This record gives sequence, structure tokens and C-alpha cells, in this order.
Amino acid sequence: MTEIVALDALVSRIASGQTLAVPVDRSGVAMAATAEIIRAGIDNLHLVCVPISGLQGDLLIGAGAVATLETSAISLGEAGAAPRFGAAIKAGSFRMRDATCPAIHAGLIAAQHGVPFMPIAGIIGSDLLAVRPDWKVIDSPVGDGGKVVVVPAIKPDVALFHAPEADRDGNIRIGRFRELATMAYAAKRTLVTVERIVDRNLLATEDSAAGVLPALYVDAIAVAERGAWPLALWDEYPADEAEIARYAAMARSEEGFRAYLSTFLSHRKQVA
Amino acid sequence: MSSDRERRETLIATIADLLDGVRHVAVGASSPIPAAGAMLLRAREMRDGKPPVRISILGSQKHNFFTNGGIELFDCAAQGRVDAFFLGGGQIDGHGNINLVGTGDYPRTDVRWPGSFGSAYLYHLIPRVILFREEHSPRVFVPKVDFISAKATTPEVARRGGPYALLTNMALFDFDRDAGRFSLRSVHAPFTPADIRENTGFAYEEPDVIAETPRPDAATLALLRGQILDELAETYPGFARSMKQAA
Repeated sequence: MTEIVALDALVSRIASGQTLAVPVDRSGVAMAATAEIIRAGIDNLHLVCVPISGLQGDLLIGAGAVATLETSAISLGEAGAAPRFGAAIKAGSFRMRDATCPAIHAGLIAAQHGVPFMPIAGIIGSDLLAVRPDWKVIDSPVGDGGKVVVVPAIKPDVALFHAPEADRDGNIRIGRFRELATMAYAAKRTLVTVERIVDRNLLATEDSAAGVLPALYVDAIAVAERGAWPLALWDEYPADEAEIARYAAMARSEEGFRAYLSTFLSHRKQVA
Repeated sequence: MSSDRERRETLIATIADLLDGVRHVAVGASSPIPAAGAMLLRAREMRDGKPPVRISILGSQKHNFFTNGGIELFDCAAQGRVDAFFLGGGQIDGHGNINLVGTGDYPRTDVRWPGSFGSAYLYHLIPRVILFREEHSPRVFVPKVDFISAKATTPEVARRGGPYALLTNMALFDFDRDAGRFSLRSVHAPFTPADIRENTGFAYEEPDVIAETPRPDAATLALLRGQILDELAETYPGFARSMKQAA
């Protein structure tokens, strides 16, 4: 049964040291919950970015919450490089597991199917194979043979994202962002923040049900209005470009980052 | 002396020319100029009554017809349904290998870039990969990349994908996959072949006669400055605004 809880109660279900899967900026990033993670002092996380991250990843890294980072990229998009990511790489302050986007999807799909690994095209010749010893090159056991890369299943402890709405039963509207469903299938627990809870049943018609993640996969929901801010939430609000640019400028220094973080946390608290 | 806007217009028009004949072009994250080039091709083909060109722009809602989430682009490429794509690189070497990770010793690289994105996979699978990097300097175009995010040629495995051309602020190169090296095709005014030699850290073929990269014609410019910038503003508002302001 999906529970509807307060934001701090939702985030208290994430424990230090867990593997946390989060989506790419455009899919619905739980920024209010991210502020709460930092405020609650949850750390030592293995962050899996599906398949890349931006402001959320950089904030968590800058706050010292990340022990292992598995991602295909960290970037603030038009606002430029992710400053705390760059600084933390230089300082060697977390374990970096570089990936390539489809390999992260493939690892989650292996977990979705309950199999230990997934074969994937391409990649051969890349130095990623040297820095990811858990990725293997095998001779295809079927067909004409030939080399193929296999990647292990990714089984996050928790998947966390933000969406426009849930219904009273805990079904979540995810639109075309099917990677959110893949994350939920693969994860042991899925926590979702939403703009609102609606009274209608999202599974009532084929039209609405097509873009829905069923409550079966969702453990808890919290309402967080403008919960993706300053990132965009599809069909709801655009990214706050000025705020992201302000972050990019301030986070160039450790002191600037601390100042930004403190304002960000108090701002998020006010909205909540 | 060409303005920044003219320089970008030439790049966008050159990209549209490089995409000639493709049915489906995909554009990755943080790529406003390639996205504009793809939109220009689509608009031009439509204007001329040619078969429609499909464009998938990552991060766009309007210019993206995928419905199966983030993996669909990668699946689509694996099925042979994506004809062209763009990759860049903090470093690109003379064999067409690209580095999107960083310089120096991994993992504590001296300079760290965002990461490999989908490059390691898509370089194998998309037939016409256009390497696009505005900065043309010896620190970008190196003899050998410090980290291979994606390898251009792999004789040990069959592949249909790989580099097709390299476009920079100064020049356009073709890539010969059998030889595994670049060949200078044209130079953008006001640069000369000598400027290219001076600013390229890897060896490449240089034909006796090298053309000047053409400036877009009036009809192309009108399309670009109007419809294309409007279409682009949805995904790249900052870039579209700066191009309009320069007008």
C-alpha cells in the first residue's frame, strides 16, 4: 500500500550508505526532497544518475553526501560545468564510476527483468571498459559469435523522482518519461514527490493509464509544490534559468557554494 | 572580419549541408548549433518539397517524437533508424577518438569534463557522426587523447557507425575510416590553411587546393534568422536570444 506522508517522513526512508537512483533533469528531479536529504545529513550515498545529472548531483556532491557516483555525465546544461563535481574529482573525495547512458539504462533493465546482466551494443574500444572492470566483454554465445559488452544489473535501494500528480491510490503520472518506471521496477523502494494529489483515478481510462506508474511500484509519496524548482517540471513550469546561473557562479568556490546551499535550504523550507 | 553571429551562421549552414540526404537526425544535450543545423535542414527540405526529415532533439518536447523514455534514442540507433548524430570532445585526436572525461591521469584528472554521455555506444551505431567542436586549438586537437570515451574505428568488431566529418570554428575536415585519419576539406574565412596547421595538434591530409567554406545564401539566412531561431528557443532559450540580440 502506497503511503502518503510529509516530505521529511518520505526522506527519512533513505538511509546513509544506500544506493539512490535519480533521473536526468528533464524527467522530473525531486529537488525539494534533495534539500531535505542534505538537511537531514544523509550521506555516504551511492548515487546512480539515470543516465546523467545536473544541479541535483552537484548539490549532493558539494554537500558531501556522495561516496560513490555512477553517471554518464554531470553538467548544468546551458549554465555550464558542474563546479562541485569538478572540485570533488580533483580532491578525490568520492569514488567515480564513469558510465555511458545506455549502459545505465541496460543495468536497470537487467534488474527490471531479474537477470544478472544485460548485453549492450557498442562501447568496445572505449577506456570506460578499463575503468569499469564490472563491465565484461564476452564472445556472444549465440548467432555468429563476435564480441559483445555485458553490464551487471543495477539494483538501487531507492529510486527518487518528482512528478506532477498522484491519485489517492498512489498511482503516479509519469507521461513519456518511461525511465522513471524502469527506475521503479529496478529499485527496492520508490519514493516520489508530486505537485498535487488528485481525486480522479489515473488508471480509469486507457488514455490516462498509458502514462502512469502503478502504485504497486511506489512505496511512499509526499506533496512538494514546485518540488523540482529550480529545475523544470514538464508541462508544469520551466527551469529557473537565472537561479541555475546564480548557482553556477556561486558554487565555483567552496564558500560561495556554502552560502548558496544555506539560502537554498531555507528557501525550500519556506515553500514546504 | 566576421562577427560572432556570422561565424555561428556559417557553422549552422555547414551542418545542414553535411546532413544532406539523412532521414532522421538526433541531437544530444547542450548542442544548440547542431540542433539549429538539423532544424535548418528540415525546414529547407520542406520548403523544397523533398521527403520529410525527422529530428530528435534530446531535452525538447516539441522536437522529439519518442514515447519510450530515455532509452528510445539508443534503441532506435541500435535498430539502424538514426542516420546522423553529433559528438564533441574536450580532446579529439587524429584517429577520430574523442575524450569527454578529462586530461591527465584518471580518475583524479587535472581537468574534468562532464562525462562520456552516450558516445561510447552511439559512435558504433550511427553511420554519420559529425564531430563538432568550436574551439580549434592544439589543446583540443591532440595526437592522442588522454582518455578514449569513444573509439572511432574498431577493426576487431563490425560496426556501421563512426565519424563522418569534423567541423570547428576554423575549418571542415572529412574523415577516412579506412585510413583512420582526417583530411582538410575547407577553411572558414578569414582563416588560411596555414592557420589550420598551426592550430591542429594532429597530422591530417591536406589537398593541394583547399576551398573556402561557403557563407549561407540569402534565402538560407532568412530561414535561419527567423523560423529556426524561433524553433530553437524552446530547448535553447539563451542561445536563441543571443543570436537575435546580435541581429
